Order: sequence, then C-alpha cells, then structure tokens
Amino acid sequence: MAEFQPVPANASTGEKLLNWVDNRFPLSKLWNDQWGKYYAPKNFNFWYIFGSLAMLVLVMQILTGIFLTMHYKPDASLAFASVEYIMRDVPWGWLVRYMHSTGASAFFIVVYLHMFRGLIYGSYRKPRELIWIFGCAIFLCLMAEAFMGYLLPWGQMSYWGAQVIVNLFSAVPFIGPDLALLIRGDYVVGDATLNRFFSFHVIAVPLVLLGLVVAHLIALHEVGSNNPDGIDIKSKLGPDGHPLDGIPSHPFYTVHDMFGVCVFLFIFSAVVFFAPEGGGYFLEYNNYIEANPLKTPAHIAPVWYFTPFYSMLRATTDLMVNVLAVILALAAVLGILRGNFRATGKIVLAVAAIVAVVLLKTFDAKFWGVVVMGGAVIILFFLPWLDRSPVRSIRYRPDWHKIVYGLMVFFFLVLGYLGSQPPSAAGNYVSQVGTLVYFGFFLLMPWWSRLGTFKPVPERVTFKSH
Amino acid sequence: MSDQTIDSGKRTWIIASSCAGVVGAGFAAVPFVSSFQPSERARAAGAPVEVDIGSLRAGEKLTVEWRGQPVWIVRRTPEQVSELPKLDPLLADPKSQRNADELTPPYARNEARSIKPEVLVVVGICTHLGCSPTDKFVPGPQPSLPDNWIGGFLCPCHGSTFDMAGRVYKDKPAPDNLRVPPHMYVADNKLVIGEEKKA
Repeated sequence: MAEFQPVPANASTGEKLLNWVDNRFPLSKLWNDQWGKYYAPKNFNFWYIFGSLAMLVLVMQILTGIFLTMHYKPDASLAFASVEYIMRDVPWGWLVRYMHSTGASAFFIVVYLHMFRGLIYGSYRKPRELIWIFGCAIFLCLMAEAFMGYLLPWGQMSYWGAQVIVNLFSAVPFIGPDLALLIRGDYVVGDATLNRFFSFHVIAVPLVLLGLVVAHLIALHEVGSNNPDGIDIKSKLGPDGHPLDGIPSHPFYTVHDMFGVCVFLFIFSAVVFFAPEGGGYFLEYNNYIEANPLKTPAHIAPVWYFTPFYSMLRATTDLMVNVLAVILALAAVLGILRGNFRATGKIVLAVAAIVAVVLLKTFDAKFWGVVVMGGAVIILFFLPWLDRSPVRSIRYRPDWHKIVYGLMVFFFLVLGYLGSQPPSAAGNYVSQVGTLVYFGFFLLMPWWSRLGTFKPVPERVTFKSH
Repeated sequence: MSDQTIDSGKRTWIIASSCAGVVGAGFAAVPFVSSFQPSERARAAGAPVEVDIGSLRAGEKLTVEWRGQPVWIVRRTPEQVSELPKLDPLLADPKSQRNADELTPPYARNEARSIKPEVLVVVGICTHLGCSPTDKFVPGPQPSLPDNWIGGFLCPCHGSTFDMAGRVYKDKPAPDNLRVPPHMYVADNKLVIGEEKKA
C-alpha cells in the first residue's frame, strides 16, 4: 500500500482533486503504467495502428449495440420486422445499424491485419507468448460474437448460416446430435435458438471479450511492445532508466494513433454512407429475405471473414481424407527412419500414426471437415512454439522466407474467395491445395523456419527521424 | 510466511473443502446447463401431418412442414424410377445400408426408397450440415453439376448431389442418403407423415 501523499502547497483545485483520488485509487499510476509513461519502441510503422483501431471498433460496436438493443426484438416472429423498423422508422436508426454491421467487417479487417503484423515481426515469440494466446482467444470470441450476431436479423442467410454451423457440432462422434440439440434448444433452428444467441451476443461473449482485451493489454504493458526489428529495447537503458529506443506513449503514440484513427474513420464513413452493404460481402443480399425454414437460398455463403475457414471445411471430402492419411503415414515413416528418437519413441510414433489413420478412415469426412476448420484457428495458439527461427522479425530472415509467408497469405485469400463462391470441382481442388499449404505453413514451421542464412540483427532499432 | 512449517492438518481440510466447493458448483451448474435443452413446448410440437397428393402430377414436388423441417413428396416419372438401378456404381450407399434404422424405415428399403415406386417421401435436409437441397430435375450439363447429370437434387451449401431417390453420390461432403421420414398411406392419395403402420 502506498504512503499517503500530502497535497503540495499552492496546488490548484485540479491537483488537489487528483491527489485526493490518487490516495484512494491508483488513477495516476494506472494511467502512467498503461499509457502515459509506457515506453514503446520509437520505430513503430503503420502496421502498429491496428491494435488501437481494434480498441476503437470494439468501443464502437458496444455503443452502437446498446442502442440497437433498445429497438430490436429477439423473437422469431418479430426479429426481421424489428430490424426493418430500425432501418425505416427509428430516427437515425439506419446509421446506428449500418455502423454496427460495417463495424463487424471493419473489426475483422483490423484484427486480421493486426495478427499479420504479429506474424511477420515475430511478436508472439518469448516472452510474448501469452499476449499472442490472449489475442487468439479474442479472435475466437470475435468469431463466436460475429456468428451469433449474424442470426439476429433473422434473414435467410442468418437462418441457414446458423443451421450449417450448429450442424457442424452434430458431426462430432457420439455426443454430436445431443450437443447440437443443446445449442439450438429445439429440433430445428428456431425461436429458442434466436433468443439464446441474442443473450450470448449482447452480454455473455462481450463480457468474456472485454476481460480478454484487458488481459491482452496487461500482458503487453508488462513485457513491453515488440517492434519491426524484433529486438529488445529494454536491454539498452538510458541514464533515466528508460529504454534508449523507447518513447512514452503519451504524447508520441497518442498523436500517431489519432492520425491513424482519422484515416480509418475516413474509410469507415465512406463505407457506412456510400456502400454499407459492401457489395453483398458486408451485408448479404439474401439476408433481406425473411428466414424460411423450408427453403435454402440457391447460394449460401458465410460472411467474408469466415470464408477461408469455410473453404477448408468444404475441401475436406473423402479424397482429402485419403490424402491426409497418406501424408500422415509418410510423415510417420520419415520420422521413424530419420528422426532422432529412441526405439520406444519410434514405436509410440508408429502406433500413434496407425491409430490416427484408422480414425481418419473410421469417422465421416464430414467430421474431419469440422476438425480441419476448427484446427485452422486452434493451430494459431501454438505459433510461439512452432517458430524456431533465431530472429523474430522478417527483416532479418532469409529472403525466401518472405515467399513462404507470401504463399500462405495468397492461399488464405484464395480460400477466402472460393469460400464465397458456389461449389465447383476445380474450386474444390484449389481449396484442397490451399488447405494443405495453410496447414503445411504452420506444421512444418519447426523445420523451415530454421533453414537459410539469417541476416545480422542490429544492436539498436533502425529509425530515421523526419 | 515461507519459513513457517506447513500445518498438514489445515492443508488437508483446505483441499477437502475446495473439492466440496467444486462439487457443489458442479451441481449448481446442472439447472443452468439443463435449461439449454428443448423446452416442454418444443418437445410437444411435432404432430403428424396429413397430406393429399391427389393433385401432384408426375415430375412435380410438394413440400410440407413436419417438425419444422421440409418434407418433400415427389411423384417421379416412370423413366426416373427405371433409371435408379443404373446409378448404383456412382452412389456412396446405393442400397441404403448405412444408419438404416435412422434414415430408411424397413418399408422403404428398396431400389426406389419408397412405399409406392413413383412417390418419393424424404426430409429435404442435407445429411451434411442441414441445408435444404434444391431441385435439379432437368438432365444435362449445368453449373455445379456433372455433364452427365440425369436429374436429382443439389445442395447449394457444399455441393452434395442426390439422385431422384435421395441417395447421395460418391465423394461428396454429405455422408448419408436423405432421410425417409416415418410415413404411411391412409388412402390411395392420402399420406400421413410422422406415423407408420405397426407391423
């Protein structure tokens, strides 16, 4: 507990008030630790704006969400009409709703870019593993939040999207059908489902999300931010005890972030006012038709931010399962022949591989599709331990690593595009290749990330003042 | 603190009371988790549906709602019925043997998967992830379908295809044939869905 600080002589009223508060609540300390005197590397580039922007969008989603809740009715017979009521009859309701719907897409754009930043500069490496893990958990929560929110307008896409995703759970062997029943609360997606998704969307998931964001920030401000050079600034301290290459977040990054926020709001407002449907990607046209349990729209696709994972789900057919079984068997044979294990280790490996192949062939491809789709997100959690490169930042990695990263990003985008399109035989083969590239990138990382000639890492951050 | 010896008696009680607390919390969670189950009202819904198919002509489909799901009644043409056996090599489960107890009642375990050869009664929900497939009765090449297509159903979500007996084609995401619901004829053109004749 801190010593009671007396008010200095001739203090202003404001100072007196702050002193009164500080003696009862660590207000100045919180501000200084978390932002005011939080020393961040001075060489941040534009990639470092997306964390602040994610916070901005989170606040915006919560605010607009509160106002939407005042007019929306979570009832299968009223929901669709109440959204149209918000759009047509509630004064400025259209703006609040478009801000919320565009905000959802903006959230994912910002978060995907934020994650990519972490990926290329090695921001997940020791000692920042927990920051990354909290971040992945935030991403998972965000997906749940977006999915459940998408049911609420009770349009055709809401309904059939929920039907598909809830049925994913019924593919789990043994407990699946009961699990899906528990999620829906009825034998089909219906009023019960809508009501509970509303509850999750407006209170349960946001609470978890906020808690995770706080944990993410506490962990970040504890260990300090990474930077584009991927080197530790804390090892070079100045006479004042602060990092030589660090600058206090306030005022330096306050100004930096405010500029970024302005640019972001320019683009965001342009979308909200001129293209709120985002060409059918942000708000799908079929969702302007009320949910009809008897008729699936001719083409259903999830909203764009889920399409890469949705493509992977579609790519997992019997053929893909056979390919996976062969790859698994080859990997096991290679591990046994070339691996540095003792005899018992090799036997364990062989048995595990045989069991895995048998399981692959036992359960339906449908179940493995769900595993692949879930695994594509879960694998991100393990990134800190998959990357074995001696340097953090892509700047000092061998040049061909950039091609590997580029390939992964390219196929991720291709998967995203294919997931938004109707199924086709050629598209399916491409998405099968894309799925293998995506998983190969992560699962083979322990090997490829160590290969090549790494460039020397500088002592101090590279920084040109303007 | 650290130089004090551990009072093992106290430690045992701390562990025991923590365990009791966890068990208590587990019991307290039961009503909350149970509330996720379908309500009594949802359970009670689902009465059988009676349909008159007298006006259904050959090649036409009728959709009725049973337990919130679409049930299709298709009166197939004689050509469509006669083509069914030829498709067997292209299908994943031509004889409807997989999960037969759930998907195909004994009276529909035949080539046409129906009581009357021409009248198909199936639940119009894809066995993959629950979309409702669309009618593709017209043969010939068309988007998302093979060029030698002879008519059936296409699931728009993940591209599974079914023949005119609701049997799934090979190497598609859907593992099973479309479900044939319990049904029976009370008159020549009167169908009851949701009830079956007891043997």
